[in-house]
Amino acid sequence: MKKIRVLVAKIGLDGHDRGAKVVARFLRDAGFEVIYTGLHRTPQEVAMAAIEEDVDVVGISLHSGAHMTLVPKVIKYIKEYGGNPDEMVIVVGGIIPEDDFEELMKMGVDGIFIPGTPIEEIIDFIKKKVAEKKKKTVA
Amino acid sequence: MFMQEDIEKIKRRRREWEKRCEINTTGEVKTPSDIKVEIIYDPSDIAHLDYLKDIGYPGEFPFTRGIYPTMYRGRLWTMRQFSGFGTAEDTNARWKMLLKEGQTGLSTAFDFPTLMGLDSDDPLADGEVGKVGVAVDTLKDFEILFDGIPLDKVSTSFTINPPAAIILAMYTAIGDMQGVPRDQLRGTIQNDMLKEFHAQNTLVLPPEPSVKITVDIFEWGIENVPKFNLISISGYHIREAGSTAVQELAFTIADGMAYVEAAIERGIDVDKLAPQLSFFFNSHNNFFEEIAKFRAARRMWAKIMRDEFGAKNPRSWWLKFHTQTAGCTLTAQQPLNNIVRTTIQALAAVLGGTQSLHTNSFDEAWALPSEEAVRVALRTQQIIAYESGIPDTIDPLAGSYYVEWLTDKIEKLAWRYIDEIKKMGEGSMLRGVLKGIETGFFVREISNAAAKYQREVEEGKRIIVGVNKFTIEEKLKIPILKVDPEVQKRQIERLKRVKAERDDLAVKDALDWLRNSAENDENVMPAILECVKCYATIGEMMGVLKEVYGTYKKPAII
Repeated sequence: MKKIRVLVAKIGLDGHDRGAKVVARFLRDAGFEVIYTGLHRTPQEVAMAAIEEDVDVVGISLHSGAHMTLVPKVIKYIKEYGGNPDEMVIVVGGIIPEDDFEELMKMGVDGIFIPGTPIEEIIDFIKKKVAEKKKKTVA
Repeated sequence: MFMQEDIEKIKRRRREWEKRCEINTTGEVKTPSDIKVEIIYDPSDIAHLDYLKDIGYPGEFPFTRGIYPTMYRGRLWTMRQFSGFGTAEDTNARWKMLLKEGQTGLSTAFDFPTLMGLDSDDPLADGEVGKVGVAVDTLKDFEILFDGIPLDKVSTSFTINPPAAIILAMYTAIGDMQGVPRDQLRGTIQNDMLKEFHAQNTLVLPPEPSVKITVDIFEWGIENVPKFNLISISGYHIREAGSTAVQELAFTIADGMAYVEAAIERGIDVDKLAPQLSFFFNSHNNFFEEIAKFRAARRMWAKIMRDEFGAKNPRSWWLKFHTQTAGCTLTAQQPLNNIVRTTIQALAAVLGGTQSLHTNSFDEAWALPSEEAVRVALRTQQIIAYESGIPDTIDPLAGSYYVEWLTDKIEKLAWRYIDEIKKMGEGSMLRGVLKGIETGFFVREISNAAAKYQREVEEGKRIIVGVNKFTIEEKLKIPILKVDPEVQKRQIERLKRVKAERDDLAVKDALDWLRNSAENDENVMPAILECVKCYATIGEMMGVLKEVYGTYKKPAII
């Protein structure tokens, strides 16, 4: 079976990359194909990378409070650049107040992971969601 | 510290005790820095230490017990809560509340665009204006920020790095406006770029010009603002990025040595610079390891300043430091538990002899702290200060077999790293640190430690209460601070107004002066102060520096 491809993206101006890097490393160790964007990426750059790398999963990490502005932009640009965000699993991690969960999900985010989430849980979630989306796409 | 025959007796008795009680069957315990911890410590573990030489009295070399002779009996630590959000008006109001509640110093959190030296109307600033701190574009924002706050009465700390020179110039300009003599201005500017490359990642200019500007600030600051800490050499962020306590200590001291070396190369007298240096450490979960780290830090720096850099004035041997409790230990789950974590970490900082302290708020794994959460955090410090009796006597854990052993152990492990870095620089700490940035040495060391920590958490070897043990199903009930989404619009409008009202010709002249200073390798501070006074924006000033020095992009290493 083809390996699941994951883009781990740091978006915006915040430099808190501990979470993103630890998650990236654990996903790689769990057998995923992981591409890490590095710091300070714009939504355009992340969207472009998601399409060019043909990933199954886009993981966005933010600790800056700018998620309500930047996350929808990533999704918008994926569409604009000819990708289909609905076929990708989009997850967000970092300092995200619970009040924002619902709206983020409405925007097309599939999962939100706050500090303290076991990485095992993230891995299981990704596997399950990717399988679900593949099934839908085939059907 | 003990008579040799006593030690022999003690050792014999210990072996008997271990045998009788079958002590060896209790498994291995290690601190997060991978230091093996014995089940008990006794005088034989610290027999190699000499009380007068290694521990001594507070205010005397090597300052293991504190830098001041009277420590908290003379004056408590400064309670300094880092805060800022929204516009200058919002932050000014929060500050006035904190001062009214008994806080004794201010500490400024800036938003990301300001931290990165971008204006609020920069496309990259979209969504970030005023979010994690206050937005500052021009001197106008500083005028509002410090409205009604007399600069001769408070000391102010600024957590800012690439635009540190600009912020220091703005504070000086406000002091000038209020008629406060520059030699009365007190506070701290973080101004520690090296740790940004290792950990915090607020990166704009490449490493070498970044250090050059740091030394410009030293040179200017010694003459102009002699009571201001011109740098806060920071381990905090290195630790937050996942390092161990030993790495935090070693890399911070290494950075400190690099800066002093750079200053001496410029021709600055080490005894003139030293009183204006300060440090910033993290206080994490392992109580005794943290206390030992603070004590070891003081001892190491005293030796370095006296023996390595030849500082003559005993005042130059002090390592004075600010502490913040560890943000990365706060959990989103069962957030009230964070009050307890923070209390233990704050205790470690106080028992470690900190000069100032920020206690985190319990809701910070979710958002910026609410007013109630900040108040509890401040009250935590006040309860330690006024109710616990802990500040009554100096360094009360001195002489504890374990604490003295661990202090010594941590110091030894940190020296090992420092020697390694010095070797990378072929005898120069400055070159060694720059080399370590270039090769990814620091980033790799820290990332590996972070991954190891996380693996232990995942495997349940490291317990985090409420996260991987004692978990519950819960619904969040804490009120969350939301920054008004209109902040960005209002801030951009103000910026436009300032730009329309200022004297553009004066701005252009000042920016040209800045460019010339940078190109001709002169000190950039005088030109920056002029730019600030003409209401040049942070983005304009950083823009000039970027043109001259280029920008830095960090390699993406997992």
